[in-house]
Amino acid sequence: MFGQILFGIMALVIVVTSIWVVAVRNPVRSALNLVANFFALAVLYLLLYAQFVAAVQVIVYAGAIMVLFLFTIMLLNLGAPAELAERFEWKRPITWGLALLFVIVLAGGVFARLGEAQPVPDNIGTVQMVGKYLFTDWVYPFELTSVLLLIAIVGAIVMAKRRL
Amino acid sequence: METLLNNPWVVIPLRVLIVIGFVLTMVPGLVWIERRLLALMQIRKGPNRVGPAGLLQPVADGIKLFFKEDVIPERVDRFIYFLAPAGFLIPVLCAPAVIPWGPDDRLTPIADVNIGILFLLAMTSLTVYGIVLAGWSSNNKYSLLGGLRASAQTISYELAMGLSIVSVVLLTGSLSMRDMVLNQQGSLGMLNWHVFRFFPLGLIATGIFLVAMLAETNRAPFDLPEAESELIAGYHTEYSSMKFAMFFMGEYASMITISAVMVTLFFGGWLPPLPFAPFTWIPGPLWFLIKLGVFIYFFIWVRATLPRLRYDMLMKLGWLRLLPTALVNLFLIAIILWWQQ
Repeated sequence: MFGQILFGIMALVIVVTSIWVVAVRNPVRSALNLVANFFALAVLYLLLYAQFVAAVQVIVYAGAIMVLFLFTIMLLNLGAPAELAERFEWKRPITWGLALLFVIVLAGGVFARLGEAQPVPDNIGTVQMVGKYLFTDWVYPFELTSVLLLIAIVGAIVMAKRRL
Repeated sequence: METLLNNPWVVIPLRVLIVIGFVLTMVPGLVWIERRLLALMQIRKGPNRVGPAGLLQPVADGIKLFFKEDVIPERVDRFIYFLAPAGFLIPVLCAPAVIPWGPDDRLTPIADVNIGILFLLAMTSLTVYGIVLAGWSSNNKYSLLGGLRASAQTISYELAMGLSIVSVVLLTGSLSMRDMVLNQQGSLGMLNWHVFRFFPLGLIATGIFLVAMLAETNRAPFDLPEAESELIAGYHTEYSSMKFAMFFMGEYASMITISAVMVTLFFGGWLPPLPFAPFTWIPGPLWFLIKLGVFIYFFIWVRATLPRLRYDMLMKLGWLRLLPTALVNLFLIAIILWWQQ
């Protein structure tokens, strides 16, 4: 019961802050809404007994990535919303169409398999379980992801230090 | 008494009261100790007028802060300006929830969650939001620079700190802070602590944590976010009255928390340094407090001794010295553990 109430509140927070991220004019407030969104998502992970995923969500997304985002926004002092406006007007209807398509696909996927839903075993998200599956069943995707990240890092350095 | 301690409706508020109450009541004492010790090290007298040996000075300061006018500059982003001090203090006070302050698991920690140290890392990494937002919302260039410095510094030193924590996690095989303390128990006393494990690898990890903890709490010689000679007071330049006091309290509370983490991870938590007669008479929480005091003294001692680093030196130390050392150290510890199996 308590879990369901908490889920309802957090789902509401997630929806509202997600909308505000794109609707708010001030970039810093936009980033802050995203931080609140990540927090609410971490609480949802906790409700699924995925403590490790919840902690990593806060450390990596809220604690590191969003701090860097804020750093960049503040360093560039993105205050004027006029500079952020899109120049190509035809992009707008296409974006709306794609967003609608995404919602339909997502909702279809969720509702089609609603009957098959099963309760989560309560040790699924502990460090031990995540570690075990990452290094046995999912070791190739895991290692490939790390190579992907390495490529991104090398690419970033090449782009930043082109004139060295 | 026993039935009371087994009732969750009694014991959980009691735990919260013990931990938060301890941290918050330590803050004024810490301010007094710091001012007196700094004065001693600089051959001054320090605060000695209010009460015996100036002991009531923090009370006087508190009263002064309460009754000061709360000046709000005209062109600040009001919502974020009000949010920032709370955003700094709340994670700082949440962080000690997973630290075991004594052997009795009914009184502390507040929650012995199986992600223990990760929760602590998450909370300490959130404190930077308070600083950054304070700097930005104040609409003052010095504040903004202080906030920017704080965010860059915290992210840089969190990595080295995280890697030295990972070496402890490897040694323990668990993320729970209680397990980390119990893993340091043994017949050799302090030689079983993580500092002296795989000499000198444990010592190196401790050293990295020691440097990173100074940087994470924005204390001298890493106090660039509030470097008064360049940035007036950095991120809290525009704050006055109790909003300033919240930043102040948060800084000292995070000093206590991070020292407690240091004691728990590397110096055996509540365990006595030698596991026989005269040492075991002193109860565990008292040992914890003694060790905590040593690190608090270290913070103050370093502040009185070392000059502030230049910004590029700070970044170089974090990324080019501490991070590679921590990585190699972690690698060596992992190899030894693998070889021992």
